[in-house]
Amino acid sequence: MAFKIKEVSAFYGGKQAVKNVSLAIQARSVTAIIGPSGCGKSTFIRCLNRMNDLVPQFRLEGEILYNGTNIYSRDLDITEVRRRIGMVFQKPNPFPKSIYENAAYGLRIQGISKKGTLDKVVEESLKKAALWEEVRDRLHASALALSGGQQQRLCIARAIATQPEVILFDEPCSALDPIATAKVEDLITALKKEYTVIIVTHNMQQAARVSDVTGFFMMGELIEFDITQKIFTAPSNKLTEDYITGRFG
Amino acid sequence: MDRKVFNKWSNRIFYILGLLATLIGLAVLVALLLDVLSDGLGRLGWQFLTSYPSRRPQEAGILSAWVGTVWIMLLTGLLALPVGIMAAIHMEEYGKKNWLTNLIEINIANLAGVPSIIYGLLGLGLFVRAMQLDRSIIAGAATLAILVMPIVIMSAREALRAIPSSIREASYALGATKWQTIWHQVIPAAMPGIMTGIILAMSRAVGETAPLITIGALTYVAFLPTSPISSEFPFFSIQGLFDPFTVLPIQIFNWVSRPQKGFFADAAAGIIVLLMITFAMNGLAVWIRHRHQKKIRW
Repeated sequence: MAFKIKEVSAFYGGKQAVKNVSLAIQARSVTAIIGPSGCGKSTFIRCLNRMNDLVPQFRLEGEILYNGTNIYSRDLDITEVRRRIGMVFQKPNPFPKSIYENAAYGLRIQGISKKGTLDKVVEESLKKAALWEEVRDRLHASALALSGGQQQRLCIARAIATQPEVILFDEPCSALDPIATAKVEDLITALKKEYTVIIVTHNMQQAARVSDVTGFFMMGELIEFDITQKIFTAPSNKLTEDYITGRFG
Repeated sequence: MDRKVFNKWSNRIFYILGLLATLIGLAVLVALLLDVLSDGLGRLGWQFLTSYPSRRPQEAGILSAWVGTVWIMLLTGLLALPVGIMAAIHMEEYGKKNWLTNLIEINIANLAGVPSIIYGLLGLGLFVRAMQLDRSIIAGAATLAILVMPIVIMSAREALRAIPSSIREASYALGATKWQTIWHQVIPAAMPGIMTGIILAMSRAVGETAPLITIGALTYVAFLPTSPISSEFPFFSIQGLFDPFTVLPIQIFNWVSRPQKGFFADAAAGIIVLLMITFAMNGLAVWIRHRHQKKIRW
């Protein structure tokens, strides 16, 4: 088990966004989190790399164990948590720098500046993100000149470059067109050989296509958590069935 | 009159009124420029830039004035920019929202609107008298630094605030510390905006007269401040900081108040030089902003 989440509740000030969620996530698998807007799925995934710590007045109850260690324990280095648990965001957010510098930044902040090492890692991560062929001859051009889909794959390469064990995807395709979406989905499927992938998505077909396990959230609660195939063919909860058949949401 | 005709005409009238309002501003500016150019262009030349003031208008020049302006500008920048930018970074990135930061914010916003002569009085009391810097370049620069600091802080904060949180999140998500995120991502991205604000603040300082007169800048200076480069060890000198000085607007002000007609042309020529400096600085600010906008779209 990569993650063991025990009775986690998350609050923004007085407002509770996640209610008493417990689940376990397998290493080297794709876990999808689905649910209607405002159901707490983004809040939940942002708890896993402590991104929510950036929000003033955020508070978490319960335990999130990663490889047996509570990532919210006081003596843990938060930057180390985030390095090992990478994240790709909803809107592509490359730095306003070159493609190369985007991919290399994760290493630079660790103090690695040897050109040979950086070159190698940049190339490897761009290859893993299926972007290398498209950008190899313009690595030092601005990342902002890339298309939206390319930018998102660059963000994936950037996350891969720090050699994380987990990659969190927070609705990674919601700003992309269908072709770019298909590329990112292929990539996610390929990534699960080496990484634990957790993806939040609005798109149920996407969850069905890419994930092994699916969790359905509603009003901050985890309604159902099971093998993807079972969730989409024979859900055991009425709410899940109503949602996946499009009766609400 | 039916509604359609009324709407059409009210639209037309409003358009003409707006155009007139715009033209008034433009016409005043053009008239001013033409007037100054016709008065002063004849005096402008190498001799004018390399001569000290004189009681004979034909021989007078602005050497001590523009050298003084350069000294004052450099020192003002050196004093105001690091403090102003760091204050902005603190307020924008580190400061917690509480009554104290609110109080400081309101204060700074108000300081930006305080008449400049008040800063002159502060400079006179604090730098000239209490710190006994006398009527020196350093006293003048310190006074102007306090004057432009609120503008620098506010424009730098504006620039920092314009950096979307998605950039910060991207950096944090890779395991960057707060310091790394601010230093590597936020500040470089905000730099064009910060630079624009700085240049505009400095171009305000370059034209300030009142505070410098208040602290006692001289109006007739026939010497230059001690050069910062010296021929003897240690090859530089800070003696110049403590020398008396004058600046362009004061020199112009002095000439305008003289009765002889010749000094009028000198004043106009001085104004042309000052205007060119201001235009150049504003132009630079516009250019930086424009170049930045072309390159980055969030």
